[in-house]
Amino acid sequence: MTDMSTGPAILVEGLTKSFGDVHALRGIDLSVPRGTVLGVLGPNGAGKTTAVRILTTLLQPDGGRALVEGRDVVRDAAAVRRSIGLSGQSAAIQEELTGRENLELIGRLYHLSWPQARSRAAELLDQFELTDAADRAAKTYSGGMQRRLDLAASLVGRPQVLFLDEPTTGLDPRARLGMWDIIRSLVADGTTLLLTTQYLDEADELADEIVVIDHGQVIAAGTSEDLKGRVGGDVLEFTVPDRARIADAVSAIAKIGEGEAHVDEETGVISIGVGGRGSEALIEVVRALDGAGVAIQGLSLRRPSLDDVFLALTGHAAEEEEQPAKGRRGRRRSAKKDTAGATS
Amino acid sequence: MTAITVPAVQPPVGDPNLFTRARWAVSDTLTITRRNLLVWVRVPAYIMFTVIQPVMFVLLFRYVFGGAIPVKGTTYVNFLMPGIIGQSAAFATFGTAIALAQELKKGVIDRLKSMPMARSAVLAGRLVADTGRMFITILILVGVGYAVGFRFQNGFGLAVAMVVLATIFGLAICCIAAFTGLAIGDEESVQAFGLIWLFPLTFVSSAFVPISTMPGWLQAFAKNQPVTIVIDTMRSMALGGPIATNLWLSVAWLGGIFIVFVPLAIRAYKRAA
Repeated sequence: MTDMSTGPAILVEGLTKSFGDVHALRGIDLSVPRGTVLGVLGPNGAGKTTAVRILTTLLQPDGGRALVEGRDVVRDAAAVRRSIGLSGQSAAIQEELTGRENLELIGRLYHLSWPQARSRAAELLDQFELTDAADRAAKTYSGGMQRRLDLAASLVGRPQVLFLDEPTTGLDPRARLGMWDIIRSLVADGTTLLLTTQYLDEADELADEIVVIDHGQVIAAGTSEDLKGRVGGDVLEFTVPDRARIADAVSAIAKIGEGEAHVDEETGVISIGVGGRGSEALIEVVRALDGAGVAIQGLSLRRPSLDDVFLALTGHAAEEEEQPAKGRRGRRRSAKKDTAGATS
Repeated sequence: MTAITVPAVQPPVGDPNLFTRARWAVSDTLTITRRNLLVWVRVPAYIMFTVIQPVMFVLLFRYVFGGAIPVKGTTYVNFLMPGIIGQSAAFATFGTAIALAQELKKGVIDRLKSMPMARSAVLAGRLVADTGRMFITILILVGVGYAVGFRFQNGFGLAVAMVVLATIFGLAICCIAAFTGLAIGDEESVQAFGLIWLFPLTFVSSAFVPISTMPGWLQAFAKNQPVTIVIDTMRSMALGGPIATNLWLSVAWLGGIFIVFVPLAIRAYKRAA
């Protein structure tokens, strides 16, 4: 073990993979230091899952190489499997069995003895707050509980490197926050984590480093702050509860911002890029709106979100390739065209 | 680039020795078998398929169609039981294909493949559990057969041989089903496809009616297909009559199915995405 303490936990160089004419990965490089979290961010179809499947030995790459804990995922796949855990996009659990049975089963398949498998299962059920539901069939669990059980299953073998493929996709906001807490606690234990997500705020929340993937290529990498720096400047945001006054508000603040204000007609949220003169602009906006007699709520100055970053990097919003009618992330529908304009 | 390549590839950790791996293969297979049987016991619908449906078939054919089907030299219920046991063994494999397709879709197989367990165990455990399940169905059918007038005519030894042959036959069909389940990977399609090949194969055979009652063109197929050959062998074992030729043909057919479909199923498992 000691000889592996140097070098990154995950190293990927020039990884390519095609399915027929579809180039899922067009040469990806990644390096994840031990004990850190890499957020792989990108829309559906960007190649995130393909990369995870190659790193977890489920799929053979066409070109390039990938090492996990210094072991080649193709040539030394068996050793890689001993050091990883995987939790995929759907809950890969046996719904007819209880939560406890699911975890004991996985423990047995990791070649733990029965007593070991039992105590490991009990430990994880406790850690993931599933003890009360432990002896109920998993199909009676809520979506959030099922995902927690799935994540617990991926930890039975105490992996050094954990792969989470869109761990909160399909969860309601509360379950999502619960999942974030759990993921943070794993990281605190020193596990190296590679996390894919379509949610920009999720990468922002959990990842030390972020790579943005689009069409099978890394289009940007760095910390959340680095990426936000690329957008440049702060964003001022407020809500106009009376929709009829939105136009008045926009014209009142027109001269203050850099570029045009962006209006979300649905929610009445107006946002505007204000460059480096944040607090100054804040006062001006208050005066201007007061002068125009427009009542507002929740005026705030914020650093640009990764939403803004994605738009600035790719020219399209992160959710653009999302299949419609899933309705699960209505809250970030708005493509903030104005902030992209402000950066150019 | 060169700077990154410095962390050298670790030398492969040799796999555990052969003995350990063999032990794991067995214990992993048993774990998966246990899981599959637990699932089976928990779902009333599965019990219905393995127990009630075959019994219903016996009663339908015995009392509804039976009166209209003349057979030579024995009663219809004696003729029917070996046929219906063979047919039920074949139909039991629907469960194999559907279960594997579901596991594939839900990502269960992905998870298992990413773990350091024996890779053969998922398929082996599935076949062991499903064969066990099928064996129970066969025993229940023999019991129900006895209740409605069926009697083995040829001694205990050959009766046991018939049950064994039926089980091996079911296992062979199980391998085909495992391949279709993994290759198609979608529950509904697997089910539809199963109907397309299993229904003609079991019904256009000697399972329920004497082949001589079928039109000539159909007889050519019915006489020479494996289900007929296996069921005729089982029938001779249960009721008497020449066994040798059909037994060798059965062994050849079943052997052929194993030789073709076991590697196909393994390949489909490895490739399953």
